[in-house]
Amino acid sequence: MAEDGKEESVATDDESDHTAADGTGSLNNTMVEEGSTLLRRMEICVAEAEKRSGKNAVNMQETFTVYLIETRPMDAVVEGRNPAPDALWRRYSEFELLRNYLIVTYPYIVVPPLPEKRAEFVWHKLSADNMDPDFVERRRVGLENFLLRVASHPVLSNDQILYHFLTEEHGWKEVVYETGFQAKADSRLRALSATFRVRNPDKRFMEMKHYSDELQSHTSQLLRARARVADRLYGVYKVHGNYGRVFSEWSAIEKEMGDGLQSAGHHMDAYAASIDDILEEEEHYADQMKEYLFYAEALRAVCRKHELTQFELEMASQDLISKKQQREELATGIVRTFSFKGMTNKLFGQEAPEQREARLKLLEELIAEGEDTVKEKTLECEEHVEKAWVDMQRFKEQKDKDLREALINYAVMQISMCKKGIQVWGNAKECFLKM
Amino acid sequence: MVHAQTTVLGGIVVMVMDKNTSRADGSPMPNSPSSMVNQYRLEEDEEEQQDANTKDLFISVDNPESHVTAIETFIMYRVVTRTMRSEFDSSEYEVRRRYQDFLWLRSRLEENHPTLIVHPLPEKFVMKGMVERFNDDFIETRRKALHRFLNKISEHPILKQGPGFLSRMGETVRAVANSVRGLRSRPEEFTVMQEYVEDFSNKICSVDKVTQRIIKEQREYLDELKQYGPTYTQWAGSEEDLVDPLKGVASCVERCSKETEEQIQHLSEVLVPALHEYVLCAETLKLQEEVDGLADRVELANNALKGDWSRWQDSMRTDLKSAFMSTAEKNMEYYEKCLAVWESFLLSQRVEPAEQKDVEDTS
Repeated sequence: MAEDGKEESVATDDESDHTAADGTGSLNNTMVEEGSTLLRRMEICVAEAEKRSGKNAVNMQETFTVYLIETRPMDAVVEGRNPAPDALWRRYSEFELLRNYLIVTYPYIVVPPLPEKRAEFVWHKLSADNMDPDFVERRRVGLENFLLRVASHPVLSNDQILYHFLTEEHGWKEVVYETGFQAKADSRLRALSATFRVRNPDKRFMEMKHYSDELQSHTSQLLRARARVADRLYGVYKVHGNYGRVFSEWSAIEKEMGDGLQSAGHHMDAYAASIDDILEEEEHYADQMKEYLFYAEALRAVCRKHELTQFELEMASQDLISKKQQREELATGIVRTFSFKGMTNKLFGQEAPEQREARLKLLEELIAEGEDTVKEKTLECEEHVEKAWVDMQRFKEQKDKDLREALINYAVMQISMCKKGIQVWGNAKECFLKM
Repeated sequence: MVHAQTTVLGGIVVMVMDKNTSRADGSPMPNSPSSMVNQYRLEEDEEEQQDANTKDLFISVDNPESHVTAIETFIMYRVVTRTMRSEFDSSEYEVRRRYQDFLWLRSRLEENHPTLIVHPLPEKFVMKGMVERFNDDFIETRRKALHRFLNKISEHPILKQGPGFLSRMGETVRAVANSVRGLRSRPEEFTVMQEYVEDFSNKICSVDKVTQRIIKEQREYLDELKQYGPTYTQWAGSEEDLVDPLKGVASCVERCSKETEEQIQHLSEVLVPALHEYVLCAETLKLQEEVDGLADRVELANNALKGDWSRWQDSMRTDLKSAFMSTAEKNMEYYEKCLAVWESFLLSQRVEPAEQKDVEDTS
């Protein structure tokens, strides 16, 4: 793809300033890709979330959240002009629609996942309620992340439907449905869940599929264990709040010890309160892991698509071979394989030459069709393999970089938590000293 | 039981010795200290907090050993007493005593000094959370408590003195107590003390409960941590470039788990026993009620108790302050160690050149 040198260099500078600590910004490092992706031409963000009420499809009143998507042309930003951004509101279901369109239209691409529909891996404090403000906020971040990933993807970013999604508030849905992707979506779903035996799958894809299963399993185990640890840690910190209460009461009956106890109690309260922020921050880490949990699914889908195209090719080839065999039998009269026609011929005598001619002619047509089909399927298969392999490599690099940063981020969070602990207990110690 | 005289503290030691010590031929020991035939050994008691100038009696409890008889198994502790006092023939005594002996000693002291606050003993029965009676930690905790008990007694200005005059006093007080049931008038002071004891008892029990709860929560946290670390290791098994950071995090979590374990241990060994001691103390103090009210009739005992009371308060303040500070320090240490663990992980990730593949074309 052609590169716009000016935009590129400026865009790079802009995005590389983001540090790993910033939930969304950290991903920009991996998003600055070769080629003029949409993200280079347009600044995108999901700025706000709001509650709305309306009637749904079955005319029932419902409450839902809408998200504000703001866009600005990148050259305006770069040139220092500060135009008001274009903005439109979208709800989660529209994001889902966009993604469904993308996964059907680009089956060889590991399509970025959306943030989870419902809160999973909750530990007890986290509300599983979709209306919970913390959940909504994290979803806003996740949706922005999704858009940024899609808009910086070398292939996906060029899609017109994506562009409309970002710029046309009304009528977008009609445009999507007009693409007719819905029909493909249904058959895709069926194919993904079907079991079929592929004779000669590409080995690399089989390995990649196996890896996607592993990735899914490991990330979900990690997330589950982390949630349990968070739950317990919450308990430890909060119980210390009881010290605060008791010390305060106790200080009331003491003379010399009173002050020391009282202030120590305050520090215990502070300690107990500090866990809320600590764990809220850790949720961002969990979200980063979740993204790759869902990415694993997308990766698996690409591998399954390969299996499907390969299977269809094998079926078409098989069909062609059998038809050719039939023709040969018909032409030579030699029966190689069992066929019902062959049996009836033997039993009831051979057919008339005119009938045979007619059948041969039909077969020839079918064979010609079959050959076209095989050519088609072969091309489809090869194309898929080629394009998918490229994107899977891209995905691997992105994954390694992102997860490494996430792990480093996690360490930074732990360090911050330790520092707070040292401070609180240091203060408490000072108070005990005064007892 | 041989009649025990409450003579000098050495005499108390004599009392204890009288109960159980026997000569090789099995006959009981005579009373007087001068006829003691035990070994003598000088031993410095490192755990003593008091100013060495005023101390003339050093006692240590150590060397717990399992003692098996046909009927039962119990632990014997070695008690070594070193003294500068002229009343004694030699300067050190060593005996072996079991928990029952300490119980007996304490009850004798209480009987003879009903107005005074006698330091409590560790509980006879197994404390919550422990499984075996002869678990090493339990024995060690008990040994420390017994050591403290004897040292508290030895520091006590009255208990450690020649109790001659006071034992007579005790008899007087007891006689009065027996004849006067119920309290007519209580000096305000003792009411105040009584109220304080009640409140203190509640508070110290609460602190004890909170501490036990914290330990429980910490243990559960530790259990989850132990499951959490391995999820990183397992994941590393299917990765290539991510193996290093994943294993790094797993190792950090594991090391932090160990630190958590140590922190829990410290709580159990330092804070809990200290709190427990004063829970028992408070219980003991409550029981002083009946006799206290009559102390106003006995001027001398009045003063003794007042002095005793402020001594006790100081003692309580010092002990608990020390225990809390130790806990705060340990917690700081815990976080400092964990901090170091994560920082070294960070360092390892930054030093190692993450393969910067040419993702971006630089113009």
